Amino acid sequence: MGRLSFPTKRKLIQLASALIYNANLKGFGKGSIYQGKAKGLCVPGLNCYSCPGAIAACPLGTLQNALNNAPSRFPFYILGFLILAGLFLGRLICGFLCPFGLIQELLHKIPLPKIKKNKITHILSYLKYIIGVLFVIYIPLYFAFTSGYPLPAFCKYICPAGTLEGGLTLVIANPSLRSAAGFLFSWKVLVLIFIIGSACFIYRSFCRFLCPLGAIYSLFAKISIFGITVDENKCTHCGQCVRHCLMDIKTVGDKECIQCGSCRNVCSFDAIHWKHIRRERKPQHLKQERKYNEK
Amino acid sequence: MKKNIGRIVLSLIAVVFLCAGVIQGDLHTTWLKAIRICLECIGIG
Repeated sequence: MGRLSFPTKRKLIQLASALIYNANLKGFGKGSIYQGKAKGLCVPGLNCYSCPGAIAACPLGTLQNALNNAPSRFPFYILGFLILAGLFLGRLICGFLCPFGLIQELLHKIPLPKIKKNKITHILSYLKYIIGVLFVIYIPLYFAFTSGYPLPAFCKYICPAGTLEGGLTLVIANPSLRSAAGFLFSWKVLVLIFIIGSACFIYRSFCRFLCPLGAIYSLFAKISIFGITVDENKCTHCGQCVRHCLMDIKTVGDKECIQCGSCRNVCSFDAIHWKHIRRERKPQHLKQERKYNEK
Repeated sequence: MKKNIGRIVLSLIAVVFLCAGVIQGDLHTTWLKAIRICLECIGIG
């Protein structure tokens, strides 16, 4: 068996992280959620803590709940976690460590017509910041300061990971929850169907347009310690990397880049590499070119 | 150079925040919330 290609390695890392985040497999059968101590910790990717398999907490859910407690408590822990995760990994988390990102990538493999990135998708990519500010920060804070009633608005009205991992799995396994499902559940399932459907046609539609966690990590794009970078001494600004990329990037490593590394294989000048990692062997197409030139 | 200084400062802030959060009991609060089925998350509440 030959060496695994980089895309395959990345898929395996994505799969491994999804399995690690949801290691409580018996929860799916029982229709109950894990209650161990690890649930006090957060995972870096989007993974609902009401998923029967989840062994740790969701960072977005934790942030909203911390903001619900805002009048009496500053959300030190979750902010510290997000800063650390963003600083070290940034949107590498999106590209390698997010189960919902993996699901969307797999859906995109379904052979259906694809909508490529364009000016409209680029404008829509700003929507995730608006959703983050409104649903993750403003609404929970507003309700915390006015009524004292906790309202994790993004989790309640939008989050498709919650519906898919927690809602559907628990409602199917739990008759009491099934009987309690009403309009909100129907709304969330509709949102989930829309997002899953769109992911079949638009690469990572949720990540690009709606995910507040990706929006938060994108703030660290320029300063994250690990990730992809361009060697300006070698780059000829041919734009091949940007054209190849399925995300709405302007340059490799910008706020829309999920650090997946697929651009490395299309750069003819070996200008794209991982930060702080020993240079790997040249991408396949450059090795083949060198062999041809030597003949 | 400025970038590295920024990274160091942010790392320190993050570590201080994490420690403050642990002292404040945020880990326990997070755990308390995460071990109960989030009815809002699953579309019930």
